[in-house]
Amino acid sequence: MKADVPKGTGSSLGEAAMAPVRLAMAAIDAPLRWVQRRLGIGGMATFFLLPNMLIFGVFVLLPFFINFAYSMTGGTALFLPDRSFVGGEQYARLFDCANYTDPNSCAEDTFWTAVGNTAWFVLLQVSLMILFSLITALILNRELMARSFWRAVFFFPVLLSPVVVGLIWKWILQRQGLLNFGLYGLGFDPYTWLNDRNWSFAATVGVSIWAHMGFYTLILLAGLQAIPKDLYEAAEMDGTRPARAFWRITLPLLMPNLLVVIVLVLIRAVQIFDEVYVLTGGGPGTSTLYITQYIYETGFATQLRNPGLAAAASILMGAVLVVLTLVQLGLGRKGEKKGARK
Amino acid sequence: MGHIKLTNVTKSFGAVDVLHDINLEIKDGEFVVFVGPSGCGKSTLLRMIAGLEKPTGGELAIDGKVVNDVPAADRGLAMVFQSYALYPHMSVRQNLAFGLENTRMPKAEIAERIGEAARMLEIEAYLERRPGQLSGGQRQRVAIGRAIVRRPVAFLLDEPLSNLDAELRGSTRAELAALHARLSATMIYVTHDQVEAMTLADRIVVLRAGRIEQIGTPLELYNRPANRFVAGFIGSPHMNFLEGTLEAAGAGTAVATLKGGHQLQVPIADGTAAAEGPITLGVRPHHITLDAGENSIPAKIRLVEALGSETVLHADVAGQKILIVAPGQHNLAQGDDVRLSLSAAPIHLFNDRGIRLERAV
Amino acid sequence: MSRVAEFIFRRRGRSGWHWTDVFTWVWLIGGLFIMFGPAVWLVGSSFKSPAALAEFPPTIMPYVTQKATVEGYDKPLDLYEVTMPDGSKTVLAEVRRIGIVSQMVSPDKPTEIVKVKIAERTPVRTMSFATSNYSEPFTHFDFVRYLWNSVFVTVTATLITLIVNSMAAFALSKYEFRGRTFAMLLILATLMVPLSVIMVPLYSIVSALGLFNNLWGVILPTVATPTGVFILRQYMLTIPDELIDAARMDKASEWQIYWRIILPLTAPALAVLAIFSVVWRWNDFLWPLIVLSRKELYTLQVGLSIYSGELNVQWHFILAMTVVTMIPVVLVFIFLQRFITTGIAGTGLK
Repeated sequence: MKADVPKGTGSSLGEAAMAPVRLAMAAIDAPLRWVQRRLGIGGMATFFLLPNMLIFGVFVLLPFFINFAYSMTGGTALFLPDRSFVGGEQYARLFDCANYTDPNSCAEDTFWTAVGNTAWFVLLQVSLMILFSLITALILNRELMARSFWRAVFFFPVLLSPVVVGLIWKWILQRQGLLNFGLYGLGFDPYTWLNDRNWSFAATVGVSIWAHMGFYTLILLAGLQAIPKDLYEAAEMDGTRPARAFWRITLPLLMPNLLVVIVLVLIRAVQIFDEVYVLTGGGPGTSTLYITQYIYETGFATQLRNPGLAAAASILMGAVLVVLTLVQLGLGRKGEKKGARK
Repeated sequence: MGHIKLTNVTKSFGAVDVLHDINLEIKDGEFVVFVGPSGCGKSTLLRMIAGLEKPTGGELAIDGKVVNDVPAADRGLAMVFQSYALYPHMSVRQNLAFGLENTRMPKAEIAERIGEAARMLEIEAYLERRPGQLSGGQRQRVAIGRAIVRRPVAFLLDEPLSNLDAELRGSTRAELAALHARLSATMIYVTHDQVEAMTLADRIVVLRAGRIEQIGTPLELYNRPANRFVAGFIGSPHMNFLEGTLEAAGAGTAVATLKGGHQLQVPIADGTAAAEGPITLGVRPHHITLDAGENSIPAKIRLVEALGSETVLHADVAGQKILIVAPGQHNLAQGDDVRLSLSAAPIHLFNDRGIRLERAV
Repeated sequence: MSRVAEFIFRRRGRSGWHWTDVFTWVWLIGGLFIMFGPAVWLVGSSFKSPAALAEFPPTIMPYVTQKATVEGYDKPLDLYEVTMPDGSKTVLAEVRRIGIVSQMVSPDKPTEIVKVKIAERTPVRTMSFATSNYSEPFTHFDFVRYLWNSVFVTVTATLITLIVNSMAAFALSKYEFRGRTFAMLLILATLMVPLSVIMVPLYSIVSALGLFNNLWGVILPTVATPTGVFILRQYMLTIPDELIDAARMDKASEWQIYWRIILPLTAPALAVLAIFSVVWRWNDFLWPLIVLSRKELYTLQVGLSIYSGELNVQWHFILAMTVVTMIPVVLVFIFLQRFITTGIAGTGLK
């Protein structure tokens, strides 16, 4: 992006609407000039940074640090000073397992169920998401009629709210839904998909791919479009077959974007909550209970709520996310260097 | 009004010293040009006067008042930037008015000042346009106009012509000179182009690596450069420098022996005879003549550039490169042998530290 | 560009269809149905009456069975087209149904009961849009409240986001000061701290500030978004510093420089951030779900999710309200799609 000059002077209506704002800004100016005289120009930098830093501090940094303290306390009291210190007890509880592959052998079995579900979900969702969005990006990168229309088609669900996404699909997958209608036409009996452990798990994977695929397609498409076309012309002159050109030119040059996308998908998949919560509510049973929902329910929703335990679980999840983000930043930097060399 | 004085001013960015011990006095109404190669600190010096940078040491005074701690806005100066720095989202009129509005000047007076400046600069026709809709030359005028309406004690101009094409640059230069004559305001002008410096300046300040090399009128710098750097920087094409040795030969004269054994008699001032030893001779290309007469120097032509009215010859004198600008046209080709005469040329002598030896002319 | 594609999946000899061409169009057309189909189905369903919604197999368009008031019966009766034993067809109203036999009357002769096998009758139906699905929640439920809460949260949060983040971006892009790199790193580091990681302690802080069950408790934690600072800073870096010098020479205060020079010139980036922020805040779910427990404070998303989770789901209202919830986002999509897609492609941020 670069600084373009905004076009037009704005309608007179807009000007009229701006008048009170202008007046307010001018009114602020006089006291701020006084502040500027006191602080100097450099001090004004602090002034401009302050509101953001304040909000950051209170609503991001503070909770981030409190979280560690929280995870070492027990009881149901809300405020930290009222809570009793229990040391690493919450962590010990989370890790109290006879056999880590079998959630039922664990003291906190729902946690391990959620971890296992999330792991399966991430594995399946990430690989399918990458596959589908890569195919779509490659197709949208072809010489197509009305490409921006097709791009919009795949992008459309990205903007929908997770709640809407969940409801749309809940409606489609229910007994009288569109899916059963289609299958009925093919001679199948209606089935309540979301009451089936396996199908509802598949539904959460499918629906989350449906909702977010367009976003990653867009990033991959941008990467594809950045590949200089003369490379393909050169390859064509050398008699390279298209499949080989894909493996030897497209894929290596797309790799920086692809890696970033993979990590982004991973980070988001680990935190999956909203649409699943609306679609299946974690059920049937605990078949689609993922880690964020476990934290939410342990922290807020259940009768036996245990915020300390939820905090401990969230720190574990945070650790995974930090590792993934660092990988992403590392990959991004590598990609930047590559770009700079070009 | 418009008297600017710098005393022992220094500036460092972190550990890097950009300006060393600058002493400079600019008189009211004077047109002073800061010139030097890029990175010499001339822009930093200007920005320091403007108040956009703070001096690290020394004292900066405007009209006798020390302004080291006065913010840019309160120094009463106006600046024309290299990129013009016109506000792209405002019309030309708003650009001119912005600075005046900030001083809470009455609307009528703002309009009057803008009208006056617009007439002077002939920009009335596009007062309602945005800078993006103007040509480079028009933008340049607006930038100057924005300075004029402020009626500043001094104008600061930071390479204002560098973004114009060659032709426009020539005509704008002349207009700037006329403008200075008309406003008779102090102007400080930064450029790396010595032609601009020579044509515009009352006085030129030559800077190199954060130090003032010489201050003087254009002709002073041309005729009596303080050192080898100034000699090489002022004048186009550049002065030729030939290595040699100097021996005293009686009162007021010396004999310079060029590499290759050729000897020249040069007048020197009394008291500089002690500068015997290795020396650099400086001679301007225009002052060398093609002449096979007595005491002429043999040279071999390396390249001929025929410009019509004059001919630029690149030649070789005993292994040293030399440039000659000969008036008229000459039927010479690469590899030809010619003989050069320096007898009519003012010869500058520079000692081994590059300092010019005063010559009795 | 197009050649790249052409080369990857080019048509052999340009005559006939290569399998990749077939695949492309199958994928695109299939995508069209899968991506748009569910939303279209939702909109279509939202106009169906509860009875039509319960039907299986469902109809594409909303139909209702016609009813007629027959003398001697209190309620309007459903009308059916009946094939009579003699092969003729006639329209009768159903009084009651016993097993596979339906007792029917002709509207003309209310007293004469005709027994018809249910296989021999089909309901008389007309297309009818159940607009009451939309109007009723607005009049009888808290829906207007939810709508208002959502609008308030979205607009307020977006405005604060724009102001606070543009101020920070200005400081971080146009000033040299100690700790600038640290501040920048701090902001970027918070990208690693998503809501799901800090929701437990954040809840206690928001409660301590008295913002539990308060829309400001939803708004404030979201406004200092690192993405926003990042987008705006990158953009402001492209604004020449000389412009700021010029403004300082023009006696502008730093606040004026921010307000009169920087903000107008950052308008395109602000627009992108504004669009993102509107979509984010409108769609926010988990945090409002935690902070808001009083019904009258619910945002649309929370309200929808709570109602759809009830034991006896009133799908006809839920569907209609889902459509309403979708509308602003669909409008953004239709009018600003290009803006968003270039924004994402340019920054890789969502």
